Amino acid sequence: MTTPGEVTTAEPMAPEQHPMSRFLREDRMPHIWCSSCGLGTTLTCFIMAVVESGIDPKDMAVISGIGCTGRVAGYLNFDSFHTTHGRAIPFATGLALANPDLRVVVYSGDGDLVAIGGNHFIHAARRNMDILCVCVNNFTYGMTGGQAGPTTPITAKATTAPYGSYEYPFNIPYLAVASGANYVARWTALHMRRLKNSFREAINKKGFRVIEIISPCPTAFARKNRLGTGLDVLKYYHANSIIQHGADPKDADIEMGGKIIVGKFLDVDRPCYRDYVTESISRQLGGK
Amino acid sequence: MAEDRRVLTGEHFLNGDHACAEGAMAAGCKFFGGYPITPSSEIAERMSERLPEVGGIYLQMEDELASMNAILGAAWGGWKSMTCTSGPGFSLMMENLGLGVVLETPCVLVNIQRGGPSTGLPTLVGQADMMQARWGSHGDYEIIALAPNSPQEMFDLTYKAFDLSERYRVPTLVMSDECVGHMSEKVVIPPAGKMPEVQRKYTTKKPGEYLPFDHPAGGVAPMVKAGDGYNIHVTGLTHDERGYPVINAEAQDVMVRHLIDKINKNRDDIIDVEEIDVEGADVIIVSYGISSRTCYRALDMAKEEGLKVGMFRLVTVWPFPEEQVRELAKRVKAFVVVELNFGQIYYEVERCACGNAATYLVPHAGGDIHDPADILAALKEAAK
Amino acid sequence: MEFWRKPLDADQVKVPHGQIYVIKERCKGCSFCVEYCPRDVLEMSEEFNKKGYHPPVAVRQEDCVACGLCELICPEFAIHVELIKEEEEATQKPEV
Repeated sequence: MTTPGEVTTAEPMAPEQHPMSRFLREDRMPHIWCSSCGLGTTLTCFIMAVVESGIDPKDMAVISGIGCTGRVAGYLNFDSFHTTHGRAIPFATGLALANPDLRVVVYSGDGDLVAIGGNHFIHAARRNMDILCVCVNNFTYGMTGGQAGPTTPITAKATTAPYGSYEYPFNIPYLAVASGANYVARWTALHMRRLKNSFREAINKKGFRVIEIISPCPTAFARKNRLGTGLDVLKYYHANSIIQHGADPKDADIEMGGKIIVGKFLDVDRPCYRDYVTESISRQLGGK
Repeated sequence: MAEDRRVLTGEHFLNGDHACAEGAMAAGCKFFGGYPITPSSEIAERMSERLPEVGGIYLQMEDELASMNAILGAAWGGWKSMTCTSGPGFSLMMENLGLGVVLETPCVLVNIQRGGPSTGLPTLVGQADMMQARWGSHGDYEIIALAPNSPQEMFDLTYKAFDLSERYRVPTLVMSDECVGHMSEKVVIPPAGKMPEVQRKYTTKKPGEYLPFDHPAGGVAPMVKAGDGYNIHVTGLTHDERGYPVINAEAQDVMVRHLIDKINKNRDDIIDVEEIDVEGADVIIVSYGISSRTCYRALDMAKEEGLKVGMFRLVTVWPFPEEQVRELAKRVKAFVVVELNFGQIYYEVERCACGNAATYLVPHAGGDIHDPADILAALKEAAK
Repeated sequence: MEFWRKPLDADQVKVPHGQIYVIKERCKGCSFCVEYCPRDVLEMSEEFNKKGYHPPVAVRQEDCVACGLCELICPEFAIHVELIKEEEEATQKPEV
């Protein structure tokens, strides 16, 4: 984007050339996401944050699991890995340890990260592994047609919860904070600038960082629950989001038709896994 | 300093698990993602002590799913990596063994087999995962699996497994068992000069020209690692040479055929067997791992009784040495397959015998090893 | 630009202008950009793209202040804004 006062292009831009194209696998566009899905917006915010951070794309790797959000890795022109369902975090763990110069980003969905991959999520947070974990939460399994998942709000309908979900959903920021993450924030797909700033802040931090993004799924979740189009869902976010930096994440539960507490819940600098490895090994083995 | 510690040169009295760890160290393994499980835990313990000495990392994962994935990640980060497991852990690794196969990722997975199914016999021997090693992950693929029968071979074959996994860009299995893992014997580790670190082949092509999943004439493409500036895309979906997902029958045919061909067309290079008195034998024992050690005794007993018996020991189990068994079947009366299960490699031998030679099995449910007398009885029956 | 209360330095502030580009064939017609443009520059067009969606059109291009919100909210990478440089703007009178 041509931010006022910041970027001036020497040549007029070709109208068909999007300024973000060098970060995208243009040969794979258009992406598969539905009309008015929020995923593309979150990706734009992420790319802009990378641009603003001034990080060389070659120093960044993006790992995704399976699902709609799992396709992110395939569209970003970084070293990108599309792994099995739920396993993005352990794959990223190995990658981050083998190449400590890489900034490793896991970009995946709620079902992938906190259902099938829930164990990996809490343990990576516990270890404070050097991973930025982006969790796009649309409250459902979109790719498979809208089944109930670990974040589906109680009473919300899904193709496998035709009478409404009976289960308490995970509160992802609370889970992340309790498990030991260094940085935890939540935004909706409508909080673009705040989300971008959060990305930029988190990219430059160490340890396990979690950004949850509440995002509309017009095709599955919104339709099943008669919430209207993606635009209607964004309007709902506009009317119902409350920005509360530093809020206690245990108060940030999400209920159908309720308020959504967003903001930065946690920002600490607990030493990460590699800090401990480096310190301990050099102390005990003499700097090998 | 790190190089000094890579190869533990000398004569040692080691158990199979520790010898396996030393084989991995010698090969240049830098990352071990593990989850404790009897009887393989000694490998993880040894690696947790040894890896930091060479700047590597041992990470105790939350489960075997994570272990398998972490070693794939580490491999794409440029490190040689391995994990070990047994029983239920091997089942959990199957999902991402398939990912490793489809991502053509070099890494080593050691299975110290115990009795199953399920939790089964955590502390006692079994050899009933042999077919799981071949077919355990869903979909069609070929795999390499080696079966050591002594601590010395645990060292040698683990080293070799790293070499094969790099050359064919495939996860390579070391299918050992509880007895070999826990047996202590002399292990000779050569000087570092004779045990060079296993090298990965990296591309010399420029970004834009490089295809990470190219398959030049039955071979594999050299690799890159994340951070090299190639902006590679790697996916578990069916993909083309660029690594981009392509969801149709044509792409599936090209990709799966490549995964199979790269192993099958190089069988002569991969397969290693030990043949004892095969020439002129009437009956041939086919065995591997700890069972083959029992067979050495049975072989002697049979010879004392005047039987013309030989032995065909599988050092490489997968790919199965089909051609050799087919040829032998034309010359011998019968095969006697000795393994700690109710027939796994037995069916492979029977298939390759094509009716030219009878095939007998000496079954055993595991928990213990065969009695050489049972093997002798089978040899006598087969020789009739 | 209309202000609720006019800033004291309003006559010195130069309002930037942007050129909006729409990559029509990428658009999936979600209308996020139209809804959230703070200057109401965009409208959904009557025109169809190849996929059958109505891409947006800048009906009040001169009102665009290059805030970039449309570019940021577009899930399809289908719209972007270029800041018109000052010298190019010299002929235009800044609207205050």
